[in-house]
Amino acid sequence: MFEAVAFYLFAFLTITMFLITVLSSQALYALSALAAGMIFISAFFFILGADFLGAVQIIVYTGAVMALYAFGMMFFDTTREVKEKKGNKFIIIGLSTLAAVMVVAIFAAPIVSTNMQAFYPMIDGVGNTQQVGLVLFTKYLIPFEVAAVMLLVAMVAGIVLAGKKMDLSLTLMNAEDIKRIEDEQNKKVLS
Amino acid sequence: MEIGLNHYLILSTILFAIGLVGIMRRKNLLLLFFATEILLNAVNIGFAAISHYYGDLTGQMFAFFVIAIAASELAVGLGLLIVWHKRHGNIDLDTMTSMRG
Amino acid sequence: MEKYLYIALFAPLVSSMFSALFTNTPKKQFVGIIASLLIFSAFVSSSILLTHILGGGEIVHVEMMTWMHTGNLYIPFGFVVDQISVTMMMVVTLVSTIVHIYSIGYMDHDKGFNRFFAWLSAFVFSMMILVMSDNFAGLFIGWEGVGLCSWGLIGFWFHKEVATWAANEAFIMNRIADLGMLIGIFLVYWNTGSLQYDIAFPAMAHLDTATLTWIGIFLFVGAMGKSAQFPLHTWLADAMEGPTPVSALIHAATMVTAGVYLVVRSNELYDLIPNVGLFIASLGAFVALFAASMALVNRDMKRIIAYSTLSQLGYMFVAAGLGAYWVALFHLMAHAFFKALLFLGAGNVMHAMHDELDPFKMGGLYKKMKWTAIMMTVASVALAGIFPLAGFFSKDAILEAAFAEHHYIIYSVILFTAGLTAFYSFRLVAMIFHGEERYKLFGIDPHEAYKFMLVGMSPLLILAIIAGSLKGTYFEMITELLPNTEYHIHSELTFWIMTIGTQLFVAIAIMYAYKKYAFSPVTLPDGTSKTENSFMYKLLINQYYIPYAYEEYIVKPYNELSAAMWEVDKKVVDASVDGIAGMFYGLGENTRDMQSGNLSTMLKWMVGGTVALLSLAVVFGLAARYSDEILTILSGLGV
Repeated sequence: MFEAVAFYLFAFLTITMFLITVLSSQALYALSALAAGMIFISAFFFILGADFLGAVQIIVYTGAVMALYAFGMMFFDTTREVKEKKGNKFIIIGLSTLAAVMVVAIFAAPIVSTNMQAFYPMIDGVGNTQQVGLVLFTKYLIPFEVAAVMLLVAMVAGIVLAGKKMDLSLTLMNAEDIKRIEDEQNKKVLS
Repeated sequence: MEIGLNHYLILSTILFAIGLVGIMRRKNLLLLFFATEILLNAVNIGFAAISHYYGDLTGQMFAFFVIAIAASELAVGLGLLIVWHKRHGNIDLDTMTSMRG
Repeated sequence: MEKYLYIALFAPLVSSMFSALFTNTPKKQFVGIIASLLIFSAFVSSSILLTHILGGGEIVHVEMMTWMHTGNLYIPFGFVVDQISVTMMMVVTLVSTIVHIYSIGYMDHDKGFNRFFAWLSAFVFSMMILVMSDNFAGLFIGWEGVGLCSWGLIGFWFHKEVATWAANEAFIMNRIADLGMLIGIFLVYWNTGSLQYDIAFPAMAHLDTATLTWIGIFLFVGAMGKSAQFPLHTWLADAMEGPTPVSALIHAATMVTAGVYLVVRSNELYDLIPNVGLFIASLGAFVALFAASMALVNRDMKRIIAYSTLSQLGYMFVAAGLGAYWVALFHLMAHAFFKALLFLGAGNVMHAMHDELDPFKMGGLYKKMKWTAIMMTVASVALAGIFPLAGFFSKDAILEAAFAEHHYIIYSVILFTAGLTAFYSFRLVAMIFHGEERYKLFGIDPHEAYKFMLVGMSPLLILAIIAGSLKGTYFEMITELLPNTEYHIHSELTFWIMTIGTQLFVAIAIMYAYKKYAFSPVTLPDGTSKTENSFMYKLLINQYYIPYAYEEYIVKPYNELSAAMWEVDKKVVDASVDGIAGMFYGLGENTRDMQSGNLSTMLKWMVGGTVALLSLAVVFGLAARYSDEILTILSGLGV
């Protein structure tokens, strides 16, 4: 019974938040609503017994991703109203409704067959985090490592793209060039 | 009443549809990214729900990797967005039509 | 023995390929020499094969490789050397060798010297395939090959429009006849299941007469084109536009005899349908008379000889049609020798007279060109059929065959033609070599041909004289394969009257020709004399107005039809193709707006596409799930 209550409550909240995100004309409201929505989604994960996933959701999404978006908003100065040309509302709503209805039909009918097999079954009596750890570091080790490399690459790319004076490489230039650039900088600052 | 897999899947679908509305509607690139995040989260709910109801940990693994990918995508995307903004001064989609066919 | 077969077959091909390497370079003497040597090696191999067959050796039959093997159709590249083909091989290689040697001298100053040998050797190769093949398909390959090489050689001097026109005429007329031959070949395959001679012919004995008649008629249509029987005869006279060695090889000895070869090879077929054979013989007799009449008044030296060839081909078909196949083949062989000799001699005269062809403008050349005169005279004597030269034995055999079979009309026609033949041959010889020297009026200074050319022609001279004595050996060999039809005239007296009577008739004709053209003064016809304006003369010199009729009633309407069809082609066919292309282009133009470059629009398209795919998934999923119910509904509706 509690489960049903929690489910419907959080479902209602999540949908509301996300609707605000997509329909609002104020960027700040959209951002805040998105952050809230993320938290509520992590609630779902906890209901479903995926504790580790819920914690990761809060830390990564709500913590890191939303912070990054906030920085981005500051950078782009989107506090004023976002001027948007009106797209055709009917197409948008119509297409999305159709898509939703059809997916529901596929799952609920169910049109796709229902015999699915469990490849990595859950073990009872062990906490979720331990189970995740077991599977992640044995069967999914290679994707794990590759994801790590990918995150590294993304980090480097983000720094290079967004940083100042990133076209010069301090480690590859020789000493005179560095000195010369620094002198120019100091002259500009002092004068 | 009993909450079954179908409830979660319908919820996931509704959130996905909301995300689709978002990406079709938004003309500001940053807000477009918000809508993309909604899409990804909807899918994550689906994965976690199936994982729970079938007793299989594969769904949660996928959800992890989706989160990781979303994070890295965001980093690179925002970086590119910053470079574009430096060059053009705005990030309105209707002005970005140089890839016209 | 197989290696001799392959040498005889492929040496001409090697010669042709070798000469073809030099077609773009100026004349190189060694090209002609090597080509002649290779053809000579083919001749030697053919001789070895001939001695083998003569000595009672068995037939050499090889299958080189499979060409087609699809379903029930099996066609190999197979070659057979039996009595018929070895005779043809001998004739072809001998005359080809001599013509090659002759051409080294004749084409001496021609820019296309190397190209000439390439075409000439290619022709010999195609002819060898034709005579050596052991199935109808190989025959047809050779058939088409000789047609092509003949086109290339007639139109050798392609900058002359007359020559290219004549080449096209020859090729197109041959093609029209080849349609008939193809239908004949199809009928053979359809009714007997194979194209191999040794399978098809025995199987034909079990077919009904109507089918056999059609096969015989259609195959003969092909022979009509190649051997220039009426009405497909106009190309032969026009083919004289080519160089004289070409005329000697192709239009005297080899290509035009391919039709006779076909009928002789199909003797088992024609024996079963004697009515078609009678038709062939009658047509042959008609052509013999028809051509001889046109040669009586002609003023072009090579055309006279060409009509003579046409007339003699008629003789060969008379023999073949009456069932005397070995006689036809024998006359083919003898005719090849003296006709080639005649043409080569005419080539010498032409060269000496700087390409002048009108015998009225020559005369008294005996003093300057003694050897050529002797050769041409001997050849004409052989052609007229005077004992003991070659022509007597072959022609007399044909006359006997006609008489003994009680075809008296045919007999009288070819007897009369024999007289005409003698007359016009000696008219030509007398006008060229005897009488007063009219060429001096035109300022031409003739000289004899190169010595080696004369030496090269001498084997033909010897054979024209002695070929008659080979008749006995030949008869024994060939009747192992061909039906042994010996004609016995019932009474000895009739036989002697016939023979001596024919000789007298021919001798009188010769003497009349000499009297008219050698011993009395000959005036150059200039269009005003009574003879020239008479109806018969006009009819004959315009070839019975047949080329004119073809031009007016066939070529011109066809041109108009083609022009009309071109309009249809442009307005209907081209327009519909352009329409389809235009439709696609328009489609592309209109959907181009999809690529607006605007991300928002493209995202909307993406979602639209997703919806479409989802709907497909729903429909197919439902169909898969409820397939049984759907099937029952459909069957209820009667689908």
